[in-house]
Amino acid sequence: MRSMRIIHTEDIIKNIKEMCIEANVTLASDVEEKIIKASSEERVSLGKQILEQLCENLEIARNEFIPICQDTGMVVVFLKVGQNIYIQGGSLEEAVNEGIRQGYQQGYLRKSIVSDPIIRENSNDNTPGIIHYEIVSGDCLEITVAPKGFGSENMSQIYMLKPSDGVEGIKKAVIDTVKNAGPNACPPIVVGVGIGGNFEKCAYLAKKALTRNLNKRSHLEHIKRLELELLEEINQLGIGPGGLGGRTTALGVNIESFPTHIAGLPVAINICCHVNRHVTRSL
Amino acid sequence: MDKYISTPLTNEVIESLQVGDYVYITGLIYAARDAAHKRIFEAILEGKEIPLDLNNNIIYYLGPTPAREGQVIGSSGPTTSSRMDKYTPLLLDHGLKGMIGKGKRNQEVIEAIKKNKAIYFAATGGAGALLSKKIKKSKVIAYEDLGPEAIRELYVENFPVVVVIDSYGNNLYQIINQSS
Repeated sequence: MRSMRIIHTEDIIKNIKEMCIEANVTLASDVEEKIIKASSEERVSLGKQILEQLCENLEIARNEFIPICQDTGMVVVFLKVGQNIYIQGGSLEEAVNEGIRQGYQQGYLRKSIVSDPIIRENSNDNTPGIIHYEIVSGDCLEITVAPKGFGSENMSQIYMLKPSDGVEGIKKAVIDTVKNAGPNACPPIVVGVGIGGNFEKCAYLAKKALTRNLNKRSHLEHIKRLELELLEEINQLGIGPGGLGGRTTALGVNIESFPTHIAGLPVAINICCHVNRHVTRSL
Repeated sequence: MDKYISTPLTNEVIESLQVGDYVYITGLIYAARDAAHKRIFEAILEGKEIPLDLNNNIIYYLGPTPAREGQVIGSSGPTTSSRMDKYTPLLLDHGLKGMIGKGKRNQEVIEAIKKNKAIYFAATGGAGALLSKKIKKSKVIAYEDLGPEAIRELYVENFPVVVVIDSYGNNLYQIINQSS
């Protein structure tokens, strides 16, 4: 029998704490580069002014350690758990939440979680996070921390399309969602799309799609084509930065797909603002 | 067009502003969002006193991050305004003149803006670090138990916003939507 690799919960807590803070003050370089490029290319003057503000905002956030956005989000954590590791020191779920708690306290991040959706009292430490576990081969623990603001989360949609709706139906669902989101989702946005699976699987895929590098296209040729066509169509809608007009409505469209049932074509569209935060580390 | 205004607002200033104007605001404004709006709204309906003076003032839809030592306030960008739509017409009827947020408003709010000669500005969503630098003073004045949703009094200098709905009821988002 192969021996187990031990990972201590203290390491997990420390890393998640640091990742929460890092994600909220610096953007991944692919996202930042897209914003800078858009700012030099945007022709509509109000839209251009907004993009210039966003570039300046990122500089200030990084240099002065101020969160990029005051909505420091609900924390989504993707864990790829190697099946040959042993977690020592307590529960993995508690370790993740303790990391979030310490990160949001020590990083001066906003506590935006209410403990009950109806009673609505703030939990005061931004926990719990939403944890997605994936069991994989190997002896590593890969952690992705993706705090997500709710301005854009609220504009996301799921469509249970019919197989006969096809690619045109998918496109219409995405375009309608982006149009409806308009200025509310803080454009320029990143569009995460999940196609296939079932009701909850497509939503998960859409969220996961947001964590993919914006310069990396799907390895499936027909999905890659769809990503490029949708980006082009979205940027012709004229919504623009801040919804104030222009060609920069989306920075990218990332699509993840999965097999589905003969009777269905589920499509989820998870809208993210330009503050598309995600940090990945492997322990 | 770039314009510079100060608070409290006057009808003359409000009437001079039009959709698409890029406006820099200086003076005292209030910060309040969802939970604070619910309380203010209920207090007005119950005929109770409210903890802020709405007359000719501006409410900024904001829940900042905590300030570090030496900072006036943490990250301070706008939140989505439509969640305040339910409460807004009543506040406008009670003297509120301006709002800063981001995103669409419903028809009732637009009508109330016209009727009360008020104005709706958008600040840039997701520019919280930059906007925090325009806030020179900040203090919690009510509902401290609401944490990030407490009501604050802010002193802002050249706070950058865009007029989205003017006092004549013109709506910039709708104009953009129709022209594209």
